[in-house]
Amino acid sequence: MDFTVASMLALDGVTNGALYALLAMAIVLVFAVTRVLFIAQGEFVVFGAMSLAQLSSDKLPSTVWLLGVLLVAAILQELLVGIRERKPNRRLALSISRLAVVPLIVIAITWVSVPLRPPLEMKALLSLALVAPMGPLLYRLVYRSLATASVLTLLIVSVGVHFVLVGLGLVLFGPEGYRTPAFIDTSWDIAGVPVSGQAILVIVATSALIGGLFWLFTFTFRGMALRAVAINELGARIVGLSAQRAGETSFMLAAVIGALSGILIASSTTIYYDTGFLIGLKGFVAAVFAGLASFPGALAGAIAVGLIESFGSFWSSALKDSIVFAAVIPILLWRSVFFGVAEEH
Amino acid sequence: MAQIGESPSKRWSQLAVGDRIGNRGYWAAAFVILLIPLLPVPELVITQMNYIGIDALVVVGLVLLTGICGLTSFGQAAFVGIGAYATAYATTVLNWSPWAGLGLGLLLTAVIALILGMVTLRMSGHNLPLATIAWCVALYYVLGNVDALGRYDGMVNIPSVSIVGLSLQSGRHYYYLVWIFAGLAAFGTLRLLDSRSGRILRTINPDHGGGATMPEAMGASVFRHKLLAFLIAALLASAAGWLFAHLQRTINPSPFGIGRSLDYLFMGVLGGVGYVWGAFVGAAFTTVLRDLLQDWLPKIFGGSGNYETIVFGLLLIAALKISPGGLWSWVSGHFEAKRFEIESSARDALPRRSKPQAGEQLLDVQGIHKQFGGLAAVQNVSFSLGAGEIVGLIGPNGAGKSTTFNLISGALSLSEGEVVFSGKKVGGSPSRSIARLGLSRTFQHVKLVPDMSVIENVALGCYQRTESGPIAALLRTDRLEERRAFAEAERQLRRIGLQDVLFQKAGNLSLGAQRLVEIARALAADPLLLLLDEPAAGLRDGEKAALAQVLAQLRQERLGLLLVEHDMNFVMGLADRIVVMEFGRKLIEGTPAVVQASPAVRAAYLGLEAS
Repeated sequence: MDFTVASMLALDGVTNGALYALLAMAIVLVFAVTRVLFIAQGEFVVFGAMSLAQLSSDKLPSTVWLLGVLLVAAILQELLVGIRERKPNRRLALSISRLAVVPLIVIAITWVSVPLRPPLEMKALLSLALVAPMGPLLYRLVYRSLATASVLTLLIVSVGVHFVLVGLGLVLFGPEGYRTPAFIDTSWDIAGVPVSGQAILVIVATSALIGGLFWLFTFTFRGMALRAVAINELGARIVGLSAQRAGETSFMLAAVIGALSGILIASSTTIYYDTGFLIGLKGFVAAVFAGLASFPGALAGAIAVGLIESFGSFWSSALKDSIVFAAVIPILLWRSVFFGVAEEH
Repeated sequence: MAQIGESPSKRWSQLAVGDRIGNRGYWAAAFVILLIPLLPVPELVITQMNYIGIDALVVVGLVLLTGICGLTSFGQAAFVGIGAYATAYATTVLNWSPWAGLGLGLLLTAVIALILGMVTLRMSGHNLPLATIAWCVALYYVLGNVDALGRYDGMVNIPSVSIVGLSLQSGRHYYYLVWIFAGLAAFGTLRLLDSRSGRILRTINPDHGGGATMPEAMGASVFRHKLLAFLIAALLASAAGWLFAHLQRTINPSPFGIGRSLDYLFMGVLGGVGYVWGAFVGAAFTTVLRDLLQDWLPKIFGGSGNYETIVFGLLLIAALKISPGGLWSWVSGHFEAKRFEIESSARDALPRRSKPQAGEQLLDVQGIHKQFGGLAAVQNVSFSLGAGEIVGLIGPNGAGKSTTFNLISGALSLSEGEVVFSGKKVGGSPSRSIARLGLSRTFQHVKLVPDMSVIENVALGCYQRTESGPIAALLRTDRLEERRAFAEAERQLRRIGLQDVLFQKAGNLSLGAQRLVEIARALAADPLLLLLDEPAAGLRDGEKAALAQVLAQLRQERLGLLLVEHDMNFVMGLADRIVVMEFGRKLIEGTPAVVQASPAVRAAYLGLEAS
C-alpha cells in the first residue's frame, strides 16, 4: 500500500465516517432523551434516499404514502385516546389538527411540485421534509405511552418498529435498488489523490450539521430543554419542560439526520429497501465508542468506524462488515476495563 | 414470637411462580406430544413440530436471559449457527460422529459466550444487546466468506444422527430427539430457577424491581450470575443449531443472521418471555401464524411484499403495550403459588458463625469520607460498635446516615478513611465480600423481589450459608440443602412475626411488613452485625414493640446492631449508644440520656433556641 492508496482509503473512510457520525449522533440523542435504543434509525436513511431517487425520476415518492399511513394511524390513536379519556371535542379537534397540519402541507407541496420538475436541491429539501414528520409521528404512535418502560422493553419495541418499517419499505419501494444523481459531478486532484465533489459535500454537510446541533443545544430553548430532559427527566418535568415534547423533537432530529445521510450516500451507494439496517447498526457501533453518551465521542467513533471499514475493505472486501462489527468487542473490552461499573438501574 | 411450631414433614416441590401447570398438566402435555408421531398425522405436521421444538429450545434460553434476568441478546441465531456449522464441519470434513460435533459446537459456543459476557456484563444492560448484534452480523459475513465452510452456498451431506445403531433419519424418529432436548431444557431451566442460583437470577431484572445492590448484599456476584444465564442461553441455542443441522442435512448462513435473532426475540415476547412454557407457546404460535400469513396476505394484498413482517412487527409492539406478559400470562394467571411444607427435621441444620464475646469490638469506622462531585455527603465520621451492642445513628434528613450505611456495607465506595469489620480492613471491598464476613443489612427503600413469595425472598439471605451450584440444581442433589434453607427462612419469619404470610407474594405486603421481611432476610444470613435502615417506619405501635423485643433478643445473642431510625421513642428506648449526624459530620456520640440532653442536638433538629 503506497501513500496514494492510503490517502484514498483515508478519504473514503472519513467520508463514510462522517455519515456514520450523523447517524451515531442521532442515536445518542434519541437514547439520551428517551432511553430508546432506536435500531430502526437506518430506515430513515432508506426513506430519505428513496424519496430523492423517486423524485429525481419525476415520480411521486412512495414516502408520501408512508407518511399518510403514519398520519392516519396517529389520528386514529388520538381519537381513541380522546374518546377513552372523554376529552372535549374542541380540544380533540385542536390536538388532531396540530398533529396533521405539517404532514398534510408537506404532502400537498410534494404533490403539486412533482409535475413542475424542480431542481435537484429542491427535491432534496422535499425529501427531508417528507421524512422529518415521520419521527414525531412514530414517537407519538409507539413510544409516548411507554415513557416509563425499561430500556429493554423500549429496545424490543424498536425491533417491532424495525420490522414494520422494513416490511412497509418492501411494499412501497419494491425489491429493486435505487440510486440518485450526484449533487456535484466534478472531482479534483489534490496531491495525486482524486477528491470527488460529493465527498467534500458530505464532509461539509456533516460539519454544518454538527455545528447546527451544537448551536441548538447551547443557544436555543428547545435544545436546552432537550439537554435538561436527557440529564434529569423528573427535574425537567418539575420545572415545566415537557418530556413528550423533547421526545418528539429528538425523533424529528433523528428522522432529519437519517434522511440527510440517505440523500448524501444515495449517489454513491445503491439503496435497497433493507439497506438501512446495516448502515444504522454501523452508527450504533460508532455510538458504542462513546458509551452512547457523548457527541464528540460518537464523532470520533464514527470516523474510526469509517476508517476501519475502508482499510478493511482494502484488505478483504468481502469481510469488511465483519471487521467493522468485530471491532465492537475490543471497544467494549476497553470501556469495560476503564469505565465498567455495575450500575443500578 | 420466636417459638417454632411443629408441622408434619412432607416431600415438597416448588417451581417458579406462574410456570406451574400441575403434574397432571405436565403428563398430559408430554403424552400428547410423544403420541403425535405415532398417529397418522401428515408429514407436514411432524416437520412443523420439529422446527417448533428447535425454536423453542432457543427461546427457552432467551426466557432465562430476557424474561428472568432482564438482559437480552440479539446474537442467539449466531450461536445456533455455531452449533450447526461446528457439527457440519466435524461430520463432513473431519468425519467425526454427530455427537462429537455436538460437543465441539457447545465448546466453541461456551468460549465465545464467555468472552462476550465478560466484556459486556460488567457494564449497564444495553451493552449486551449491542455486542451481540455486532457479533451476529460479523459471524454472518464470516460464514458466508470462508471457503472451508462453503461460503454462501453452505455445507451439504451432513449425516443423520443415530443412537446405539438406531438411525433417526426419518422425521418421525428425529421428532423424539428434538422434543427430548426441548423438554430437558425446559425442565432443567425450571429446576434452576427453583434453586439457590435461580433465586439470585430472579432478583436482577430491573423490569421487576430488581438490580445489583440487593443480591450483592446477600453475598452473590451479580456479574457471575448474569454470565451464567447468558452462557446457558448460548448453549441451548448451540444445541438447537446441532439439531437443526442434522434435521436439514444441509446448511447455509442465511438462517443464522441478525433477522433470525430478532425472530427468536419475537417468539419469546409473544409467548411470554417471563415463562418457560411461554417459549413453546411463542415458537408454535409464530410458526403457525407465519404459514397462515404467508398463504393469505399475498392473496389479499397481491404482490410479493413480506407482509407477515409488518404483522409481526405490529404484534410485537402491541404485545409489549397491551400484554407484556405475553400469551402464557393469560394461562398462568389461573394458577396459584404452590405451598409446601417446611420440614421440621431440616431446622437449624445450616452452618452458623461462631459469635464473638459480648463487648468485643466488631466494627470500627475510622474517619470515613464520601464525596459526590462537589458535595461532601459524609465527612470524617468515626465510631465503633461491639458485639451485643445496639448503636443508633440519628440525624435530620440529609445528614448522611444512609450514605454512612452504604459506605460501611460496601454498597458505595469510600473516598477516604477505613472501615474495620470483625478484625479485617474492608474499606474498598465489594459489598458481597463484606456480606460474607457476616454483615447483613436492610435498605431504606425496600429491595424485595415483588413477584417472589415471602419465604423465597427470605431464603435469599441463606445464599452465603449454602453452596449448591447450578449443576446440583439440575441434578436435584441440592434438595436437602434447599429444605434447610427454607426451614431457616421460615424460622426467621416466625421470629419476626410473619409466619402467616410465607407463601404470599412479597409485593402484596404492606410497606411495614416488607421492612420486616427484609429484617428476616438479613437474619437468615446468620450475621455478626446487622445494619437496619429505618426498621420501624410504617409499623403500628404494637408491631414496633414486638420488633424492639426481637432486636433486644438479638443483642442478647451477641449480635451487633446499627440502626438508622427517625422514631425517637423507638431508638432511645433500645440503643445503648447514639451517634448523631448533621451535614455529613458526626455531631455528638453518647448514651441516649446524654444525647437527649445535648443543646447541640436540639439545635440540629429544631433550629437554635432563642434565649
